[in-house]
Amino acid sequence: MELKIPDLCLVVLVGASGSGKSTFARRHFAPTQVLSSDYFRGLVADDENDQSASGDAFDVLHYVAGKRLAAGRTTVIDATNVQRADRALLVEIAREHDVLPVAIVLDLPEEVCLARNATRPDRDFGPHVVRRHRTALRKSLKFLGKEGFKKVHVLRSQSEVDDATIVPERLLNDLRHETGPFDVIGDVHGCRQELEDLLGALGYDLVRDAEGRPVDAVPPAGRRAVFVGDLVDRGPDTPGVLRLVMGMVSSGHAFAVCGNHEQKLVRALRGRNVQVKHGLAESLAQLAAETEEFRRQVERFCDGLVAHYVLDGGDLVVAHAGLPERYHGRASARVRGFALYGDTTGETDEYGLPVRYPWATEYRGRATVLYGHTPTPEVEWVNNTMCLDTGVVFGGKLTALRYPEREVVSVEARKVWYEPVRPLVAAAPDREPDVLALGDVSGRRTIETAYRGRVTVRPEQAASALEVMSRFAVDPHRLPYLPPTMAPTATSKRPDVLEHPGDAFAEYRAAGVREVICEEKHMGSRAVVLVGKDSGAVYTRTGRPFFDGELGEELLARVRSAVTEAGLWGEFDTDWLLLDAELMPWNAKATGLIRDQYAAVGAAAVGALSAALEVLRATAARGVDVSELLARTTSRLANAVGYRDAYERYCWPTTGLDGVRLAPFQLLATEGRTYHDRSHLWHLETLARLDSPLFTRTRHLVVDTGDEDSVAAGVRWWEELTAAGGEGMVVKPLANLTVGERGLVQPGVKVRGREYLRIIYGPDYTEPANLDRLRQRGLGAKRSLALREYALGLEALERAARGEPLWRVHECVFAVLALESEPVDPRL
Amino acid sequence: MLLTLTTTHQPATDLGHLLHKHPDRAQEFRTSAGTAHVFYPRADEQECTVALLLEVDPVALVRGPGSTLTQYVNDRPYVVGSLLTVALGSVFRTAMNGRSQSRAELAATPIPLRVNVPVLPHALAERLFAPLGWDVAVEPIALGDGTDSRYGDVTLTGTHKLSDALKHLYVLFPVLDGSKHYWVDEDEVDKLLRAGDGWLATHPDRELITTRYLARKKPLVQSALTRLADVDDVEPEELDNALAEPTISQAEPKVSLAVQRRDAVVAALRAAGARRVLDLGCGGGALLRALVQVPEFTEIHGVDVSARALQEAARKLRLNRMADRQRERVVLRQSSLTYADPALTGYDAAVLMEVVEHLDPERLPALEHSVFVVARPRTVLVTTPNVEYNALFETLPTGQLRHSDHRFEWTRAEFREWAHGVAERRGYAVSFEPIGPEDPALGAPTQMAAFVLDDNSTLGEQD
Repeated sequence: MELKIPDLCLVVLVGASGSGKSTFARRHFAPTQVLSSDYFRGLVADDENDQSASGDAFDVLHYVAGKRLAAGRTTVIDATNVQRADRALLVEIAREHDVLPVAIVLDLPEEVCLARNATRPDRDFGPHVVRRHRTALRKSLKFLGKEGFKKVHVLRSQSEVDDATIVPERLLNDLRHETGPFDVIGDVHGCRQELEDLLGALGYDLVRDAEGRPVDAVPPAGRRAVFVGDLVDRGPDTPGVLRLVMGMVSSGHAFAVCGNHEQKLVRALRGRNVQVKHGLAESLAQLAAETEEFRRQVERFCDGLVAHYVLDGGDLVVAHAGLPERYHGRASARVRGFALYGDTTGETDEYGLPVRYPWATEYRGRATVLYGHTPTPEVEWVNNTMCLDTGVVFGGKLTALRYPEREVVSVEARKVWYEPVRPLVAAAPDREPDVLALGDVSGRRTIETAYRGRVTVRPEQAASALEVMSRFAVDPHRLPYLPPTMAPTATSKRPDVLEHPGDAFAEYRAAGVREVICEEKHMGSRAVVLVGKDSGAVYTRTGRPFFDGELGEELLARVRSAVTEAGLWGEFDTDWLLLDAELMPWNAKATGLIRDQYAAVGAAAVGALSAALEVLRATAARGVDVSELLARTTSRLANAVGYRDAYERYCWPTTGLDGVRLAPFQLLATEGRTYHDRSHLWHLETLARLDSPLFTRTRHLVVDTGDEDSVAAGVRWWEELTAAGGEGMVVKPLANLTVGERGLVQPGVKVRGREYLRIIYGPDYTEPANLDRLRQRGLGAKRSLALREYALGLEALERAARGEPLWRVHECVFAVLALESEPVDPRL
Repeated sequence: MLLTLTTTHQPATDLGHLLHKHPDRAQEFRTSAGTAHVFYPRADEQECTVALLLEVDPVALVRGPGSTLTQYVNDRPYVVGSLLTVALGSVFRTAMNGRSQSRAELAATPIPLRVNVPVLPHALAERLFAPLGWDVAVEPIALGDGTDSRYGDVTLTGTHKLSDALKHLYVLFPVLDGSKHYWVDEDEVDKLLRAGDGWLATHPDRELITTRYLARKKPLVQSALTRLADVDDVEPEELDNALAEPTISQAEPKVSLAVQRRDAVVAALRAAGARRVLDLGCGGGALLRALVQVPEFTEIHGVDVSARALQEAARKLRLNRMADRQRERVVLRQSSLTYADPALTGYDAAVLMEVVEHLDPERLPALEHSVFVVARPRTVLVTTPNVEYNALFETLPTGQLRHSDHRFEWTRAEFREWAHGVAERRGYAVSFEPIGPEDPALGAPTQMAAFVLDDNSTLGEQD
């Protein structure tokens, strides 16, 4: 005997003690699918038969059942469930999670139960218990359907039990095996001519009957149409639309979900008392001219429409009024209600139409959701959802979306067929921005990145990033990226220095990177420049704007005009560019820090050591031996002067933007495109075309890590740079993004100059005793952090390029900031 | 760092006896602060100078987890402060206690003394040393850009018993150093009492001295925000300013503006009949404390984006000592008004007291959505400064805002324009109320908008 149960459901076993429920469950379901009351009694009370623990045991059992159903896992309840009240709770849990409850009743004779219990020493509670169970069960049997169980299977003998097999059935809405490609078509509302136009534009061949009426349309190879519902009402030819769509559905050329208008039409055709409003009158009048046979077909067709479909392995959901993720692939009156009518707030607007809750702004699901129901003048993506109702019947357009291409195809209405109650214009000119939710960023988060798998953000990291992002950063719409931190090269074993280019070359050679580029490190502040044709932002590594108000606008204007001069808008076919750059001088941003920290230490050090030297010399002149201390102090004074010179070199006075320099070194993205697959030479050459006094070029040298002469030339180049007061250089794989045998390769390592490092490690770091200790620095955490942030940054750029919703981009950007609060040695 | 001490009491070389350190030898001492060197650049009958030079190991000074960049580049090895006084107390302990076997009488006699420290944070030097009878001469030390640093080359001249002079230095150097003083020792209070014996009790600034001496900053406990400040090369205070005091603290004669504001908000909430109340941007809990006093408020939900502010609020509310019933009324949670937070829905009223002006104007639409669409309580109270009134604050320079973190301050007309826009877009009715003394031309210092959900309106949730 085959017991059919829905693919996803709550199976409630019903049967007296000893009826063999546990054995049955074991035979047909995985152990983790079965929640047994005995087991839960054991969990909470250490005794499976302690009836006094039943209350707690069922609390926990219900909780676990809820979690499983929320996650979309079929669950089996192994308990007697002979009491109506117990079953009612389970039906309620199933409804709460919009899955169908199914009852499998083991109605076995009393003697079978008693015999089975007799073999179980822990079930010595006497025959009256079994008898009571069976009485309750028999009373329940005929009401199970009424109680809400969608299917009831009753097994009345041991042989029936033994013969039973469980057969899962796909839900009606489950078309995951249909992988498209699809042409999803918005609300048609009886506009047959426009539908013919649109199908033509989509490349479908219309099939006409003897009277020339279209009765089918043959799609281009492999494609299928999906209608989002509301085929009927208001328009001039509802029967014509139905004839065509019903033909397409029955020939397998199309799917259609139910709209609220179809639902109501069915009721009207069945003679139910419905209000003949919103264009229903037109449909009824038009259908009255058709044959009775046709009207019956229409009634059957509309009645049989499913409220939503899950397609393409779960990646596409089509529902008339849209559908939040928790309802995808679920079945309940609530799910159907949402799919047909949306989540109405109960309020009505000034035109008497229901106000709809903007579920799409909160949508965070994986699947693309396509829907109709609410006419809008233009389609747009909101969090991976799109409303395709462009109001053709009101004189707008009929729209289809090609999936997975995401290409919009529209045809104009031939005329205004029906006067809209509410004008078909955008509801508010200042449209709600893509709303970010606290849940998009807070708490423990795991982000799937293309280049380094899952990256985890801990709650406390997110907490501090939340404060900085909320209070100080530029608007997330203008913050598509934050740059990753960069690790230094491995600590050098050479005497006298902490970092040396030879180690960087060796490291890349070992990672299989043959060609690297050395880029001069400009000692300024890292700046990301988003320059649009009429907007943009220049921001720091934590997303804070560099300059307030007019100065920031002026800087952007200068970048913009350089981009225009260089002809980059057209070349990249874009309205914006995102640049990674260094902004100089250092004091442009860090004035306070330099004054109160670096300069103060310099002044204090030079002052204190000069005075010390003076008294030591006087002491020595008296013939007291202070020679060692004198030598040490002399050396420390030289260090202090070296330190002071080092930071002063990177500071110069600026007035407004005069004196400010920008050195862009990478084009991160333009509209729909990223560039981490282009060589760094390409980046530098492209950006060198930005030509104005604002811009500084980045000197660079390509080194072959496998060639000794080339390596020696690279070392020399670094020595010359740093001897002339340069901060140092960054060594990067020439090819840019590089994935090696052991995963992502560091996108760059910095090799800082000996003098520069005084402002990082303190004036005296070069004293041999200090250097030896500083060499113990551990780089592992910094390197891992650099790679994680790099992967997140790439992920943000690629998501933005793919046109993904703001929250998907923002979660990556936010994660970079959150990771930056990780306690890593800040000197690295 | 260096300190020299000179006497012209004759024979001046007796200084060596008082200090128990021979003038013709250079000596070295290990102290917990570093290696201290004692030597005499001059020692003759007329004048004798002792030098105390402390060498600090800069690498060891800042080792340990959680250190931030600003600690590595550190003025500690050069500036006279708590490190030097630790060495002073250790190397010259006997002299500081006024004991001298060979010159007991001299030790009890005031002698002319001159103390020089080449690098000392000098802002309070005159104020603290002059009342003790020292002449204070300061030569400020310039920074590279020509402006003065907080350090000066300081010379103190006066006639004191040597032990008293050493005690003055021992207590006051760390006090001058102020917040940078973080050398922690267990029995700091005892040390202060001993070293302050005989002079501190009568010092006009004794409270300042005591507070600053004992207020020490723990160097190893750094907030995550400090690390983010490091990333951006800015000082920690620039980001970690959620609890910063306003630039002005207008002391009204009877009731301060802050109190009037609080009272006005509480009164408006009661008038609205609110029971479940949101304090959005609760900061350190100034309003929460007032709300808790009102039993009608059955649930008080305080929200701030700053974790530190929330800790402070919990501390001020004495949350961990509240009775269970009281405790149950209060929720403190981190959230952000620029992100939609569904946990804020279902309340009767929300207060944004002095909050909106801390947001960049471009983020206000996000705040509007969070408060008026997502939280959507029946009543919303918003208070904000009236910038017109700033002219009446004598201590506030023209054009400067009242708090360093204010992104803007609105005129009454600007506030009304924003509030009316919100009300219209979101289906609320709005009315305005001045808070604080009202000037006929410039209005009141604080302005409040009271939004009430308009039952007849149909807008608000359909964008």
